[in-house]
Amino acid sequence: MAKSHVSMKVNGKTIEALVEPRTLLIHFLRDEQNITGPHIGCETSHCGACTVDLDGKSVKSCTVFAIQANGSDIRTIEGMANADGTLHALQEGFREMHGLQCGFCTPGMIVRAYRLLQENNNPTEEEIRYGISGNLCRCTGYQNIVKAIQFAAAKLNGVAFQEAAE
Amino acid sequence: MIPGAFAYHRPSSVKEAVGLLAELGDDGRALAGGHSLIPMMKLRLATPANLVDLGGIADLKGIRADGNDIIIGAMTTQHDLIGSPLLGEKIPILRETSEQIADPQVRYLGTLGGNVANGDPGNDMPAVMLCLNATYQIVGRAGERRIAAREFYQGAYFTALEAGDVLTAVRIPIPAAGHGYAYEKLKRKIGDYATAAAAVVLTISGGKIGTCSIGLTNVAETPLWAEEAAKILVGSAPDAATVKKAVAAAEAITAPATDARGPALYRTKMAGVMLARALARAKARARG
Repeated sequence: MAKSHVSMKVNGKTIEALVEPRTLLIHFLRDEQNITGPHIGCETSHCGACTVDLDGKSVKSCTVFAIQANGSDIRTIEGMANADGTLHALQEGFREMHGLQCGFCTPGMIVRAYRLLQENNNPTEEEIRYGISGNLCRCTGYQNIVKAIQFAAAKLNGVAFQEAAE
Repeated sequence: MIPGAFAYHRPSSVKEAVGLLAELGDDGRALAGGHSLIPMMKLRLATPANLVDLGGIADLKGIRADGNDIIIGAMTTQHDLIGSPLLGEKIPILRETSEQIADPQVRYLGTLGGNVANGDPGNDMPAVMLCLNATYQIVGRAGERRIAAREFYQGAYFTALEAGDVLTAVRIPIPAAGHGYAYEKLKRKIGDYATAAAAVVLTISGGKIGTCSIGLTNVAETPLWAEEAAKILVGSAPDAATVKKAVAAAEAITAPATDARGPALYRTKMAGVMLARALARAKARARG
């Protein structure tokens, strides 16, 4: 099948490439652009490990064709750290609160949590759990992921993080 | 999992999309949010030679009031439905239903048009459309026509759509102010289709049910409009015996498959339980 030209911004950098229409965005990012932060977990739109931020939406990049992303603005885990190289509040939160064990789900979790906090800068625990319900983690039991996101929300809001009593 | 090869088209108008789909015939498929079609393509259960992406057609997006109706463009996403203040005020069952579809990522891309046009009995919006007596606006080779949602579904994945047709919008009569509503869905986990689900919209007048409409999801090859069950309820308080009679009438029209979600009889009974819960919640919400 003939390839088509696509142009998109990924983590602030413009990418121009030729893609086969059937190429999924996750394969384009990982195999053709060497952007391997988004992971391939289930490949069936369930696990959320492939989540990227596309034009202000959290999407599963295994269920979007690269050609559909033509002209879009994408952010992956590679684009999360601050310009000076320090960690984004979410990355810091996941480190401080032990929000990861094996780390496979983490890039998708953080990118999803980023959009969640953009839309709701002070979510309740319930809103966080509902907001990350498209991302599966098989290690943590989610408890520390929720805390990591609460930590990040507090930091971004400039308030002290108060861990809830258990 | 890599889909089969296809040619990609991205028309910028409905006219162009209809022309392409008419010309391509069985070789062409319309692509909306893609969260039913792309998984099928990855499994090679769908192998369209051409995809006509409706994502570039601005006219297909948006929510607006038109007299006593609300018109929702087919490419409006579930995320958009949840965030719409107009729908929140006028037809809040659409928000409640959308919030129970799949997960946040899927809702950012999944569309109302795709959900109702696909003909998958597992989709949630069709039963809600039967409940609300929605009409689908369709543009095909012969121009525009309208089909009532209650006439649209013929079998699993079989609908009144013909080759070359594009479902462009959904038109919903605004339910009476003060109506009660609920969408109750039993599912095994986030992202699952319903084991059974029930949509209820009703009005209360003088302490009794004045009007009532009921839709059922995933308990037959098509969504079901439970007309008889609703008739039983109208004019009642309702008391426990009447609810029981209505639940039995709703269960009687189901014909679910036995699958991983449970045996057929269990799913029928769960449709009844979902209906009883939806009725109680809708009644508690109604003013009048």
